[in-house]
Amino acid sequence: MNARPLLSRVADSVYWMSRYIERAENVARFVDVNLHLILDSPASLGEQWKPLVDTSGDAAAFDERYGAPTRDNVIEFLTFDSRNPNSILSCLRAARENARTVRDTISSEMWEQANVIYLKLNDAISSGRAATSPHELFHDIKMGCHLFQGITDSTMSHNETWRFIRLGRLLERADKTTRILDVKYFLLLPRVEHVGTSIDDIQWSAVLKSVSGFEMYRKRFGRLSPPSVVDFLLFDGDFPRSVRYCVGRAAEALHIITGTPQGDYRNEAERRLGQLRAELDYLSVAEVIAGGLHEFLDGFQTRLNVIDDAVFNTFFAARPLDQAAAG
Amino acid sequence: MLFDGYDTGDFYDEMFAPGGKPRPDARLLVEMIESLSDGEVLLRQRSAERLLLHMGITFNVYGDDSGAERIFPFDLIPRIVPHGEWTRIERGLRQRIHALNLFIDDIYHARRILRDGVIPAEVIDSAKTLRQQCVGLNPPLGVWCHVSGTDLVRDRDGEIYVLEDNLRVPSGVSYVLENRQVMKSTFPRAFEGMAIHPVDTYPSRLLEMLESLAPRPADRPRVVLLTPGIYNSAYFEHSFLAQQMGIQLVEGRDLVVSEGRVLMRTTKGFERVDVIYRRIDDDFLDPLAFRPDSLLGVPGLMEAYRAGNVALANAPGNGVADDKVIYAYVPDMIRYYLGESAILPNVPTYLCWRDADRRHVLANLDKLVVKAANEAGGYGMLVGPHSTAAQREDFAGRIQANPRNYIAQPTLGLSRVPTLVDDHAEGRHVDLRPYILYGKEIFVLPGGLTRVALKKGSLVVNSSQGGGSKDTWVMAQPPAEPNQ
Repeated sequence: MNARPLLSRVADSVYWMSRYIERAENVARFVDVNLHLILDSPASLGEQWKPLVDTSGDAAAFDERYGAPTRDNVIEFLTFDSRNPNSILSCLRAARENARTVRDTISSEMWEQANVIYLKLNDAISSGRAATSPHELFHDIKMGCHLFQGITDSTMSHNETWRFIRLGRLLERADKTTRILDVKYFLLLPRVEHVGTSIDDIQWSAVLKSVSGFEMYRKRFGRLSPPSVVDFLLFDGDFPRSVRYCVGRAAEALHIITGTPQGDYRNEAERRLGQLRAELDYLSVAEVIAGGLHEFLDGFQTRLNVIDDAVFNTFFAARPLDQAAAG
Repeated sequence: MLFDGYDTGDFYDEMFAPGGKPRPDARLLVEMIESLSDGEVLLRQRSAERLLLHMGITFNVYGDDSGAERIFPFDLIPRIVPHGEWTRIERGLRQRIHALNLFIDDIYHARRILRDGVIPAEVIDSAKTLRQQCVGLNPPLGVWCHVSGTDLVRDRDGEIYVLEDNLRVPSGVSYVLENRQVMKSTFPRAFEGMAIHPVDTYPSRLLEMLESLAPRPADRPRVVLLTPGIYNSAYFEHSFLAQQMGIQLVEGRDLVVSEGRVLMRTTKGFERVDVIYRRIDDDFLDPLAFRPDSLLGVPGLMEAYRAGNVALANAPGNGVADDKVIYAYVPDMIRYYLGESAILPNVPTYLCWRDADRRHVLANLDKLVVKAANEAGGYGMLVGPHSTAAQREDFAGRIQANPRNYIAQPTLGLSRVPTLVDDHAEGRHVDLRPYILYGKEIFVLPGGLTRVALKKGSLVVNSSQGGGSKDTWVMAQPPAEPNQ
C-alpha cells in the first residue's frame, strides 16, 4: 500500500484551517501596528482607521453596520465582530471548526492549540481584558498563531496533508502582505505633501512592522525609502512574508503534492501559480511603481483568488466517478 | 477532611464498607487522599477540568450554536473494582457476548431458538431492530457484535446485574482512555503503590479486530471510521479513536460505491476501502437499503457488504438483541446455546406484552422503572419512585396502547462512590459500562466507563441527563494485608 491517501474533504479543511489561522494573525498585527502608529502621528493627521477597513475588502459591510470609522468601531469590526467573517474572532472560530473536522488527521497538539487560542480570545472578550489591554491581546493572538505553526511543523509528518496546510498558509500570507502594502497607498493618497517627511518615515516603518519586517528590512536596505520597502515586501527572496517568497514556496508545495516537476504544470492550479511565480521572479520594483502600485496589488489579489479556485477544483471538489483526479 | 462525616447511607458503597472502614482495595487510596492538605483535591479537580477543556474532550450540546461544547463532567475520585470481582465480571461478559452473537446469527438464519420454543417468534418478529435486509447474511468470522458496551449495575445486595446490552454503536470508551490520562497528569500520587490494569491497549486491540475482518488479504487493510460528522454528540470519540488507530475518519459524502466496492474520494482519485467501523445507526447507513431520507449514509453500502467486498463493524441488524424485551431472554439464550447458566444475572424484568406482567406493572408504577424497548440515553423512561402522578398516568396509557414496547424492572438502589461536592465527598450513584471486542477472539477492556449521577439522589447516569464519569481502576491483584 502506498502512502496513506488524503481525503479531498480533509485536504479542503486543513487548507482552510491554515488560511484562517494565518488570517487571524495578520489582522491582529495589522490592527496592533495601527494602534502604535497613532501614538506617533501628529494630531493634525487624525486617526487613520478607515484604510484598515478599506484594505480588508469588507468596507461595504462596515459602512452599512458601523458608519463612522472610529478607533473603537474599526477594532470591534476587525477583531470581535462575529458577523464579520474575517474578524479575528470569526477566523479563529473557523480555524477551530476546521481543525475539529480533521482532528484525527492533525496532531493532538495542533488541535489543542487551535482550541486554546479560540477559548482564550473568548475569555478575553468576556472578561473585558480585550478592551483594557488590546496590545497584550493582539500580542497573545500573534504568538498563539505562531505557536500553532511551530507545533504544526514539529509534530506532524511533512506529508501531503502538511503541504496543503503550508499551501494555505503561504497563499493567505501573500494576500495579506499585498493588502498591508495597499494600506500605505490609501494612507498616503490624501497627503502627498508628507512624502519624504518624518511622518512618511514613521508610516513606512509601520507598514514594515505590520509584517514583522522592519528589522529584516533594516538589515538588508538600511535607510527607509519607499521603493526599497516595496521591493522588500514584494520581491525579497528570503523574507518569509514577502510576496515572492510566499508564491514561490506555495508553488513548490503544490508541485511536491502532485509530483509534477518544477517548471512544468499538469493542472490549472499549477499553471496559474507558475505564471504568477515567473512574473514575480522577473518583475522590477520600478516597473511596478510605474504601472501604479495599487493597480498592481489589486490585480495580484484577483489572481490569487483565481488560484484559490483552481486549487479547489483540482483537489477538493467532489468529482464524478469516471473522472481522474489531479496528479 | 474530605471524608469527614461521609455517610454510606442505605446503599452499597464501592469505597467504604458499612461502618465507614475503607474496603481493602481502597485503603491505600483513602489514606493518601486523607493525607492531602485541605483544598488540594479541589485544586486538582479544577486542573483536571481545565485540561479536559483545553484538550477539547467535550460533547456537543444539541441546539447550542455558540460553538461552546461542554466537557463531560469528570470526578477525580476513582471507582475501584477488586481483582476477584473483575475476574468474574469478565467471564460473565465473555459468556454473554458469545451467546448473544450465536443468537443473532441464528435469528438471521435457521431461527432454531424460535422453533424450539425458547423465545416466542412474535417477540422477535415485532422487534423494530430486526432487519429483513440481513436475513441470510454471513458476516466475516461469523461475528455480529464487534464492539459492545454492556451496562452493569450493583444493587443494595452487593450483586452485579446486567442492565442493558448495547450492541449497536456503543459510545464512551474514549472517556475511559482520556479519564485515565487526565488522572495520571493531575493526580499522579494516587497511583502510588497501586497495581492498576492499564487501559491504553484498547485502540490497538480495536484496530487488530477491525483489520481481522478485511475481505481481501493485505498487509495493511484500509480501515476507516464512518462518523455522522462534527455535529454528532460523540464526534470527539470518533475523531479520537480514528487518530489513536491511525485510520481515516470519513463521512458518508467521502465514500461512494462503484461496482459493488466502496471507494473514498481522495486528492489523487478514488481508493478502495476494506473495513468500515461505522458509528452511524443502521437506519442511516444506506438510503437504498434503510431510511431513504438519510443524508449521512452511503448509497449502495449494503449491496457492497452483502457481496462481501467490505466489512462493517458492528454488523447491521445486530440491534435485534438490543431490544429490551429480548434482553429478558438472554439467560435463556445462554442456557440454550452454551448449556451454561448465566454468570452475571439480569435485572428481573416484567414484559408488558404478557398479561400477568402488565397487570403487575400497571398496579405498581410508583415502585418500578419502566423503559421503552428501543430507547437509549435515558429517554423514554419512567423512574416510578421519582415520578409524578401525571407521568405515571401518561406511561400507563402508553403501555396499554403498545404493550410490546415496554418493560419494567424493580427500582434498583444503585451502588455509590464518594464524589466531590464543593469541599467534601458525598455518595453518588454509579453504573459501569465495560467494553468488549469480538473478532477472532473476545477481549474485555479491564474496567470501562463508570458513569455517575451527579445530582443528589439521582439514579440516572446518562450524560444527557446530568451525569458525569470517573476513572475506573481494576486491581491487577488481590489487596495486600495491611502492615501492622
